[in-house]
Amino acid sequence: MRTQQQTVDEILDLAAAQFKVARETLSPDDDFFEKLGINSLQALSLLTRLEQHFNVELPDYELQGISDFRTLAERIQARL
Amino acid sequence: MKAFSGQAISWELREEIVEVELHREPCNEFGSESLSDFERLVAVLPELEQQARGVIIYSRLASGFSAGADLRETYYRTRQMDRREAVENIRQYLERTHQVMNAIDASPLTTIAAVHGVTFGGGLELALACDLIIADKSARFCFPELRLGLIPGFGGIPRLNRDLGNAAVRDLLLTGRSFNVAKAQQVGLVSQVVAEGQAVAVARATARQLRKFDPATTAAAKKFLKPIPYEELRREIEIFCQLFSQPAVEKGLRTFVESSDRQPYLPQG
Repeated sequence: MRTQQQTVDEILDLAAAQFKVARETLSPDDDFFEKLGINSLQALSLLTRLEQHFNVELPDYELQGISDFRTLAERIQARL
Repeated sequence: MKAFSGQAISWELREEIVEVELHREPCNEFGSESLSDFERLVAVLPELEQQARGVIIYSRLASGFSAGADLRETYYRTRQMDRREAVENIRQYLERTHQVMNAIDASPLTTIAAVHGVTFGGGLELALACDLIIADKSARFCFPELRLGLIPGFGGIPRLNRDLGNAAVRDLLLTGRSFNVAKAQQVGLVSQVVAEGQAVAVARATARQLRKFDPATTAAAKKFLKPIPYEELRREIEIFCQLFSQPAVEKGLRTFVESSDRQPYLPQG
């Protein structure tokens, strides 16, 4: 079972790779829309990548109002 | 006519397969340009059916297959009208769109939607009019219409009900959530899941296989096993128009179109 910290780290790794930003510039409390420079369609592609990686289903309404990696990790952690 | 290049779609007859490419930025929103282009396609479909064995529909855009109806166009087209006029305008638009979707659905050719990325609303309805959906791993499927106070209007519910179990239809419709490819394949929406970027190649390989079959047999089999739910499609237009006359819809469209929210394609908080 992953720890919360591992989940956050893996999300940051995936986001950095998918949107081609330097991993070291991302931290858990960052606003991922701002930091990655993405819109909601791109956020959905991140959601798809995360679901595949963690092998979970994360309904998009669970992203309602979320914009930081740490809370996103909590939602994923709850389904692992 | 063996090729056409329009504002929203292009198509070409190649090796007995009609390849239809969607290319309206940003994500193939289905508006009046798309409708006109598709009407031109279905107008020549009977002629193409004499020469072709299959149809593949795919998107050239990286963002996805289609984000669905062009809500901005709908909003700006109808906002100066009184509600009665707006509903009549929408009804005519839906009637035309249903003619296109029904023509694709009823074609004796085997039709394949090769999808990736966002396949939402009207985009999913176009895919559902096809016989097979081949999806790459980036694909996401959603009917977000209830968020706007509407139901899908391009034939989505009748075709989903024809093709899937009703529990899966309720899950998609009533929650408005999106399905990834694994979920979509699990419920029977998608016939093949392929690596990212490979949907069109796999669709072409599938089309080469279906060219081996006798065309009359394929047409007879398709007509027998894929009935068009015309009655439910008519009811869908009626329900859509009833809902469209409600003030909640104008509010929902305005929120979508005019909001600076960063998440227009995600559920609103």
